[in-house]
Amino acid sequence: MSIKETFIRLKNKGEGALISYIMGGDPRPDLTIKIAKALIESGSDILELGIPFSDPIADGPTIQAANLRALKSGITPIRVLEMVNQIKDYHKIPIVILTYYNIIFRAGLENFFDKANKSKVDGIIVPDLPVEEAQDYKLIANKHGIDTIFLASPSTSTNRLRKILDYTSGFLYIVSLFGVTGARKKLKRSTIHLIEKISSYTKGKIPLAVGFGISQPYQVKSIIEAGADGAIVGSSFVKIIEESIHDENKMLNNIRRYTNELKRATIFEDVKSLSQ
Amino acid sequence: MKEIKKYNYPIDGKYGKYGGRFVPETLMSAILDLEKEYLRLKDDQEFKRELDYYLSEYAGRPTPLYFAKNLTKKVGGAKIYLKREDLLHGGAHKINNTLGQALIAKRMGKTRVIAETGAGQHGVATAMACAVLGLKAEIYMGEEDIVRQKLNVFRMNLLGAKVHPVNSGSRTLKDAINEALRDWVTNVKTTYYLIGSVVGPHPYPMIVRDFQSVIGKEIKSQIMKKENRMPDALIACVGGGSNAIGTFYPFLDERKVELYGVEAGGYGIESGKHAASICAGNEGILHGMLTYFLQNEHGQICTTHSISAGLDYPGVGPEHSFLKSIGRAKYVSVTDDKAVKAFLELSKTEGIIPALEPSHSLAFAIELAGSMKKDDLIVVTLSGRGDKDVQVVADYLKVKI
Repeated sequence: MSIKETFIRLKNKGEGALISYIMGGDPRPDLTIKIAKALIESGSDILELGIPFSDPIADGPTIQAANLRALKSGITPIRVLEMVNQIKDYHKIPIVILTYYNIIFRAGLENFFDKANKSKVDGIIVPDLPVEEAQDYKLIANKHGIDTIFLASPSTSTNRLRKILDYTSGFLYIVSLFGVTGARKKLKRSTIHLIEKISSYTKGKIPLAVGFGISQPYQVKSIIEAGADGAIVGSSFVKIIEESIHDENKMLNNIRRYTNELKRATIFEDVKSLSQ
Repeated sequence: MKEIKKYNYPIDGKYGKYGGRFVPETLMSAILDLEKEYLRLKDDQEFKRELDYYLSEYAGRPTPLYFAKNLTKKVGGAKIYLKREDLLHGGAHKINNTLGQALIAKRMGKTRVIAETGAGQHGVATAMACAVLGLKAEIYMGEEDIVRQKLNVFRMNLLGAKVHPVNSGSRTLKDAINEALRDWVTNVKTTYYLIGSVVGPHPYPMIVRDFQSVIGKEIKSQIMKKENRMPDALIACVGGGSNAIGTFYPFLDERKVELYGVEAGGYGIESGKHAASICAGNEGILHGMLTYFLQNEHGQICTTHSISAGLDYPGVGPEHSFLKSIGRAKYVSVTDDKAVKAFLELSKTEGIIPALEPSHSLAFAIELAGSMKKDDLIVVTLSGRGDKDVQVVADYLKVKI
């Protein structure tokens, strides 16, 4: 099922999408597959898999550490792409790759997207690639049938938003705040305003998913209620992995339980109000 | 040289295919605003007057172009001139840029300035410019570099700046830039990021080049006065490459003037422990720019080694990559060993203790001069003084002080 179809199916059910992020190869490649399965089986609608990079400038300490652990495990970009294929043998939900642009640039655009396509990657997110630099990237990704998911942030002007909407496919990734990735306890009112503002331009055109700082079920619920079609949660999953690195069962159980809680928060309590 | 001219103002920040703006969306509006503001200020007479005032009255410009008679005699080849940026306030060329950018920050109404630093020279120069202009300075510095350059950390504190130790990644300049970018993404509304070299997303490489070009402009008029002709070769060291671009830029159209950028060869290129990004790297994208980086086959950026913290960076300014691609400038590397030898040589023959960064340029200049004719002219940019490196050199020579 494509990213687009997934959002439509969920909408019809009265649900927002839970998009769960983990780093490929953190802490070990074989564990990534097990963690991915746990995430999917307990309610994730879309999986976001990171390819580690030595210099993750958009990430806070939690995901920086995951980058380091994954690199230490010896994982390569190609191996992460192959994992997508492995996970797809069991589950058909969309899988999106997140990485920094140098990883793709170094592999070569054609080569990277050809391999991504063969591994059944559905979409790709590159936090350090603004639309100004993305012409070839978009062309080649789309040629290989891969969605290019772009980001909009609190500092994005209306003019830029229009341009970004021309480039993004699958969904639009809203960066909820000024800052790097990492769990925050509170949800800022400005995040709600941002969702409301951006959704007035995107309604009926493309789904919106909100990430950066989203870690608690109540935050997920609030952003879905504000009009987002999905919530992206990363650092809290990575934290669970980090905290139970030597206890696989505990890790997988905690992942399952947490995913479940987050997923429940994406479901509209009053489904009827949605279909109106 | 029609091709070069147009990069006076690189459209979309591209020097050929190099450069660009590879930054998170959150920073795009800030760098677009900065570009707009800079293009306005660049030709603003009041801004120019203010900058000129601080450069001459506060920083000590113009700096001399000194004929190194003793060194020339000893080498027995071309005449060697030294552009004495080491005599500037703070002891390095960095102040040319920090005064310019701090004035921009002020005009833009930003009250907080952040910067990264490797050797600490840019941190010190930022702290000075901010102190004199009434801005708040916070400096990111790798823990590894803090150990190597303790003196500069204390200097920054004396100047009223706050130093944030960076313990991520390799704990050097590259990681200090990462951390400064993370701060900027968080505080972009109030904060000006004062980048210290011709690196980063457009418009930074252009802005820093323009402010550092005062070096080359002065060389041009000074050598005309002294020798009544253009030099045959210009030599400058390249980490990010700001003193080198500042030296080269006003000479790009003088096609007979050969330009040499000298990178840090560390233990030698073949050892893999060096910081010679142009000589031994590949094209890649980091810190907002497409340029040469030291990286592995998968695109992971390498940790670098150089005896001089100021050259210890795995990338290089995009305009250098461009100048290499069209063959206008040549890039070479010099090892730690040779740099230290040149450091000692200049100290003894001319009574000038150079920083370890330009000691690399000097080592190459001594070699080159020896192969040239007696009436040929070489200018070496002496980008900083060596006081900060005395301990490092003593350790290297296993001397206890």
